[in-house]
This record gives sequence, C-alpha cells and structure tokens, in this order.
Amino acid sequence: MRREGSAFQGVGAVFVKELSDNISSVRMLMLELLIVVTAMAALYEAIAALRQNTAEDPFLLLRLFTVSQAPLPSFVAILGFLIPLMAIGLGFDLINSEHNRRTLSRILAQPIYRDALLLGKYLAGLATIAISLTALWLLVIGLGLIFLGVPPGGEEIARSLAFLVIAIFYAGVWLSLAMLLSIVFRSPATAALVALGIWLFLTVLWPMLAPAIAQAIVPPDPRFAALGLDTPGTAIWTQLLQRFSPNDLFGEAMLAVLSPTTRTLGPVFLDQIRGAVMGAPLPFGQSVMIAWPQTVGLIACTIVLFVAGYVLFQRQEVRA
Amino acid sequence: MSEQQHTSTASRPEAVIAARDLTKRYGKTSVVDAINFDIAKGEVFGLLGPNGAGKTTTILMMLGLTEISAGRVGVLGFDPARQPLQVKRRVGYLPDAVGFYDHLTAVENLAYAAKLMGLGMAERSRRIAAALTRVRLVDVADKRVATFSRGMRQRLGLAEIIVKRAEIAILDEPTSGLDPQATIEFLDLIRELKAEGVTVLLSSHMLDQVQRVCDRVALFRAGKIAMMGSVAELSVQVLGAGFVVEVEADGAGIARRLAAIPGVGNVETLADDRFRMTADRDVRADAARAVVAANGALRRLSVDEPSLEAIYAHYFQATPSGGVRDAA
Repeated sequence: MRREGSAFQGVGAVFVKELSDNISSVRMLMLELLIVVTAMAALYEAIAALRQNTAEDPFLLLRLFTVSQAPLPSFVAILGFLIPLMAIGLGFDLINSEHNRRTLSRILAQPIYRDALLLGKYLAGLATIAISLTALWLLVIGLGLIFLGVPPGGEEIARSLAFLVIAIFYAGVWLSLAMLLSIVFRSPATAALVALGIWLFLTVLWPMLAPAIAQAIVPPDPRFAALGLDTPGTAIWTQLLQRFSPNDLFGEAMLAVLSPTTRTLGPVFLDQIRGAVMGAPLPFGQSVMIAWPQTVGLIACTIVLFVAGYVLFQRQEVRA
Repeated sequence: MSEQQHTSTASRPEAVIAARDLTKRYGKTSVVDAINFDIAKGEVFGLLGPNGAGKTTTILMMLGLTEISAGRVGVLGFDPARQPLQVKRRVGYLPDAVGFYDHLTAVENLAYAAKLMGLGMAERSRRIAAALTRVRLVDVADKRVATFSRGMRQRLGLAEIIVKRAEIAILDEPTSGLDPQATIEFLDLIRELKAEGVTVLLSSHMLDQVQRVCDRVALFRAGKIAMMGSVAELSVQVLGAGFVVEVEADGAGIARRLAAIPGVGNVETLADDRFRMTADRDVRADAARAVVAANGALRRLSVDEPSLEAIYAHYFQATPSGGVRDAA
C-alpha cells in the first residue's frame, strides 16, 4: 500500500537547519582548520618544488595536487586521509544525538516522515563537506595562479573539477558509514570510536594486510622473485583486496584523473601496451574512463551504506 | 471495509480517538493488550498507571510513531498507520521529558517545528509570538533553551502545540519533575486548552493533578485498561461509595433522618453530635435540609471528595500486579 503524501516533505527545513548548525559549529571550525593548515603546508612544499623546474609541463596546475616533497605527502594524499575524518566528525552523532537530546519524538510528531529527517541531515552533511572542498579547490587554483603565474588550461580545470566531484563522493562513503553507526549505537562516543577504528583499519592496516593475505592465497613464485619481479597472481590479488578500501579507490581514481599519463591502474602484459606512446598524456575522456570503475565503486558504497542506515532507522523505536 | 463501517457507527459519534482491540507486541510479550476506549471531543482524558503499563506505547501508536501489532485506532477519523501525516498535522504531542535544541533560542526552536508543519514565514512568526505570550515565555523568547528550567521547557513544548493549532493535545507526563508552582501554572494552561475546545490526552503518575483536570481517566495495568470512567464512577467501583460526608449537629434523631436521605449507604455515629455518612453522590444539601427539618443546630458539614490516590492505592493493593515491566 502506498503511503499518503510525499516522503520529502520537510527535507528542506531539516537541510537548512542542519546546514546552519554544521557551519556555525566549533567542531566544523576545528576540522576546517586542520584540513586547511595541513593542505596548505603540502601545497607550499609542492609550489616550492615546482618553481625549481617550470619547464614545458603542460599540466603544471595538476602537479600542485600530486607532487609530494618529503617529509610531507602530496595534497591529494592528505585529502584522502583527512576527508574521512571530516565526514566522521560531521556524521557520528547525526541520529543518536537526537535521541539523547530527546528531540527525536518531538520532531517526528510533526507532519513529516522519518525519511525527511534522515535525508535532510545527510544532504546537509554532504553539502557542508562539498562547500569546504570547493573552497579548498578554489584556494589551490588561486595559489597556483599567484605563485606559478601560469594560467590553467581548460583541460586542467576539467580534471581538477573531476577531482572535486570524486572527492565529494568519497566523503559521501564515510558520511554514510558514520550515519549508519550513529543509528546503530545509542552513544555518540561509541559510534565515533567505531567509525574511527574502521577508518584507521582501512587506511593504515588494510594496505599492509592485503599483500599478506594475497601472499597466503597465491604464494610468490621464486622464479619471479629471482628476477626482482612481483608474481602476477599475487600482485593481482593484492590489488583486488586493496580495492575493498574506499581509500584505495579514491587514490586510484585520483591517479587516473590528475596524472594524465596514467594508462592503467592494474598490472598489464607487455603486448597490451604495444604501440602506446609512453609518457604521452591521455585525453580527458580516456582518463575519466580509467577512473570510472573506482568512482562507481565509491558511489555504490555510499548508496549501500545509506540504505542500510535508512532501513535500520525506519524500524527503530523512537522512544528514548 | 464493511467491518470498519460497523465499528465507526458503533463508537460514539463525537469520539475523536477510538481504539479497538489495540495491541502492541514485542516478541511474545504484549505491552499493550487489546485495549478499547473512546475519547470524546473536548474532554480531558487521563491515562494512569505504573511505569511500563503501556501508556507511552499507546500514545506512540496513536501518532503512528510505532507499529500497531493488531487492532485499530482512529484519530479524528484517520488511521495513524496509513495516514500519519494527516494525523500529525492535527495532533500535538508533548513527549515525556521533552527536549529542545539547546544552542537555539526558544523562537528558533519553535520556528524549526513550525517550518516542519509547513507554515509560511509570516504565519509562523505571528503564531509563535502569540503562543509564547500565552505560555508566558515572551521575556525569554530570544534566550537559548540551554538556560531554561524544566517548567519552562514544558511550557515551550505546549507552545509548540499551540502554534500547531492542534485539535488534540497529547501530553506524556507533563508535570513530572515540576515544582508545585510550575505544576499549577501548567494545569491552568491545560484548562485553557480545554476551554478552547481542544481535546487533551494526559498521562501521569501525579494522581491529584490528574484528578484536578481530567474529566475521565483510564487506569492502565500491565497493558490492559483495568478501569475507565470519571473519578466518581471509579470510586464507586473500587471503594464502594463515592462520598464521605461528616455532619456535626445537635438535635434529636438526626442519625435516623440522615439515614433516610436517598443515596446514603450508612451512617456512623462518631460522637453524640458527630455523624459520618457514606453516599454515592454529594448529599451535603440534603443533609443540611435534614438537620434543619429536625430543628437541629448545624455546626459543620464537610465532604471528603473521593481521591484518585485512594482509588489507585486501593486498587493496586487489592490486586497485586503480576510482573510490572520497567519503562524503557
């Protein structure tokens, strides 16, 4: 039986209220400061490195995102690490704080469906992150113009915009996860700890565990090892396992989009690259095609986690 | 559908809430077990009972906030399980220990709720100003709710119901934790709502307060309605008689004359000039007339109104409860 009325009634009101809460909160200020300061440090190093050799690199602006100068990792790597932190910081108490403040039953007694509350809160969180990332993106472009003095080409802007969109979806994955945990756990502290635990596991431990598991599945062949090469089976398994981490998907998509010379993200046979002009950049469309499966993976992950939270929330008792 | 037709004609025509065999089960335990009641338009109806007796669950089912396991409840002719928006547009709910967003002001909190109600901006600010005046929170309208006392929060919750212009106000434990002064003020506000024709459904432990404002009460016990009716009716059921009148008067044969008044059960002689009678109605006027007719000197005439507290204590002592669940 169809329910009466729209499930989206009230989404706007929830969205506006949550967005203003997010933007004016001290928590958001701290997260933004953290990201801006670290990203600026990475950017400063990148600019310093790039000024040494402003040769005929056609994608000078994109280098800003990807060049890393020890001891700092590249701008993109820092974002890959910090975006989850920001999303978790915004999402870990979305629903359970309403329970604990005892506002949930009062809000749900207004003529809206639960969908509106959940969707409004989620979209507000995503919008907050999108606004911050867009501001950061503009900062990078602006600093690039000032310090490098080279106007960006259309393709560079397109590629960096693709970076922005994929980064927002990447944030969506972590925001969905944090929201799911805020529905499952009644205590915000537990939800935050579990979310941070998952984040640390996937970004720090998983890249170390994946090769170990792959070696257990396909033991390295000594003949390849004698030649100083990776065993193909082990390498394929390692990559497959690593791709279970959204962090890895984000990294691969960024590599394809921001480094135009990237032709493949996995191991290839020599005959597959016969005739390729190594080192020549791919057109934008082709790079996007390489990054497409990773992007779809991020979007699918977002949707699955959101739906899991949605189903749980619909079935949850509202009484405190 | 024919069945629905049948029950809607069977219930009283002016009933705004009608529950038929309303049941809520968690697993195998029934928290609310096939209860039936009708609430008439404009009355103040009290839900009484120990914690975990199913009062809040009943309220949540009426609002469509929790699923109904069996049976049916109609609120203003709508089915809350199927048409929750229609119900929630017309029913105001003040939850037990209501919460507000502490970092927002009173006006901002109400404005958020009013937006969710779908009110336009001009209408919103007009209604909010009027509601805050009525609950006497105008002075603190722009203060953060974090600074509010329990009583102020409850009044703010009532202001939300006023902003909604609800036809039915459902108040869950509205006076628990309030100081006596705040309680009296709150009960006055409930009476004002009733005077405007709002139907009020009230759940409480505070028996004397319930008695002061409720027209009828339902006594909940382990998911069932044990008794329902006005306080006087219940006292006849439980205590045997409704009114205890004490008479202090001189005169001959007063005890006999008092016993002859219709409705008087028995007359006890406490002293030469003091008598206590139990009756099923307020017989003070008749008693005065009887004393005067006997040429007696009436010195004192007092009535002990039936107290809900006595009824409640008597009932729950007489029938020890079988496993009262704790409220979640």
